[in-house]
Amino acid sequence: MNYVYLDNGASTRVDPIVLKEMIKYMDEVYGVASSQFSHQPGIMARDSLEKAREIIKAGLNIREGELVFTSGGTEANNMAIKGVAFESEKRRKILVSGVEHYSVLHSARSLEIHGFEVITIPVDGDGVIDLEWLEKNIDDNTLLVSVQHSNHEVGTVQPIEEIVKFAKRVGAIVHTDAAYSFGWIPIDVEKLGVDLLTITGHKIHGPKGIGGLYIKKGTPIKKWMDGGYNEFDMRGGTENIPGAVGMAKAFELMTEEEVERVRSMRDYLKERLLSIEDTHLNGSEKNRHPANLNVTFDYIEGESVVLHLDMRGIGVITGSACFSRSLEPSHILMAMGKTHEHAHGSVRYSFGRFNKKEELDYVFEQTEVVVRKLREMSPLKGGK
Amino acid sequence: MGIPYSQKVIEHFVNPRNVGKIENPDAKATEGSPACGDMVRIYLKIDEKTKRIEDIKFESYGCASNIATASITTELAKGKTIDEAKKITWKEAADALGGLPPVKVHCAVLAVDALKTAIENYENQHGLIVNKKPTDEKKVRERLEHVIDPRTGLDVIRSKLVQEIDVKDGIVTIKVDMEKEHQFAGNVESELKERIEPLWDVKEVRVVFNKS
Repeated sequence: MNYVYLDNGASTRVDPIVLKEMIKYMDEVYGVASSQFSHQPGIMARDSLEKAREIIKAGLNIREGELVFTSGGTEANNMAIKGVAFESEKRRKILVSGVEHYSVLHSARSLEIHGFEVITIPVDGDGVIDLEWLEKNIDDNTLLVSVQHSNHEVGTVQPIEEIVKFAKRVGAIVHTDAAYSFGWIPIDVEKLGVDLLTITGHKIHGPKGIGGLYIKKGTPIKKWMDGGYNEFDMRGGTENIPGAVGMAKAFELMTEEEVERVRSMRDYLKERLLSIEDTHLNGSEKNRHPANLNVTFDYIEGESVVLHLDMRGIGVITGSACFSRSLEPSHILMAMGKTHEHAHGSVRYSFGRFNKKEELDYVFEQTEVVVRKLREMSPLKGGK
Repeated sequence: MGIPYSQKVIEHFVNPRNVGKIENPDAKATEGSPACGDMVRIYLKIDEKTKRIEDIKFESYGCASNIATASITTELAKGKTIDEAKKITWKEAADALGGLPPVKVHCAVLAVDALKTAIENYENQHGLIVNKKPTDEKKVRERLEHVIDPRTGLDVIRSKLVQEIDVKDGIVTIKVDMEKEHQFAGNVESELKERIEPLWDVKEVRVVFNKS
């Protein structure tokens, strides 16, 4: 059997259709996207960049001049948070949830030395932010609230519309990191009501190195990268046209039908894995990203599970401390109030287009064997 | 660059030697805790006359290097006398595995510590302590530095979970800053006892919780 890659939440294989589309923009259309008064290759490049932008804008209901391409989700998050902070004259409070991606958490924390106060919005056991807490703590000194659309590790989808409601009352700006949701969960920026929204290309079988930031007209934000007047004078630098074209193509391929197909595979494995004794689902059961599955196997440690599964041709990851470079357990599971032990036993299976239903029984069987093997040697089995 | 583990680590991880429990062991010891993500328990069967380790088994809750270092440690110790086995260092265990990534060295320390503590427990209970110093507060404190506070992942001395230690007539009283109803209370109590009870002159260990 071929290797079963179930780490699509980290990154995905570029779809061959996307790849084919992109190549043209490296060896045929290679000009820079310059003004309409330029040479033919430049105009062709500009038109293809704008066509890609149109496709994404239409899909997210974004208006003219409100979508800036970036090098990915991390840059878009940096741009949103730091850009808003450095444009603010008075407000000094930034609220972020504890389950954010590091590019949000660390961007926010980097502002503390510039006099900003960064406060963590608590989340419940499923990772959903505490709206009551937010309502009480958001005030007219609050500059920005940044809460992700859906979580990359446990898949929980946040109540963004409710957050916007509270933020509007006090005039705070709302950013949401939709890097993992983009293409997987329908998004309408108008309906959502956010001011800033991050997207990325490589979690939907598009290329790495491309992402974007939706900036609602009138949002006070500082130019991110100095250079030329590219991207509505928000981000200097030659545009990544193959990337933009690839992201747009990948986005087009994420049809409702495609998402449902992936969701049903996820649901199938979820059911099977949860039939293993002392196994728990992490993240919200109801409000969940369609391609994410995260479970904790009690009494055992995730790195051992991951290595054993890799040897059996299955690629997954864990929130265990032993797995991380920092030797810290997943900050997301910890923010959700889970114990270290719970985080150590967590394993994420994240799906993509190229997974096959037929592989999933193998994944389940191998997981069950590995879990049993490790439990047999665990001093915790039988649990104190 | 492949996976940062040597072939030997992977081999011991996939086929660990001496896994399991020994019923009625002559000694056992646990190092680490679920809170740190690493835990090893070692069981010993020791020949009373020759003081040779006849059988040794381990249980592990941990990553690949945790399992591999415990496995190699049992291999190194099996058949040795307890005096010889006591001298095994974590460096020897790591070397025998063809080295460990720097962030995983603590796993070797943990496995070798578990072996040493198990032997020390045996010596305490079999009158083999050469220098029969009576147990005092310092000794108790030293031993408790190996017990992990499940709430913080720090040892119980550093985390200030242990508030007071009193040693009198072979009775060790440990006052802890935790309520009896706490979800980890039972856990803490048994781990503190397991760590102190083997000392040769300790008759009883009392763990006193906060009044709720």
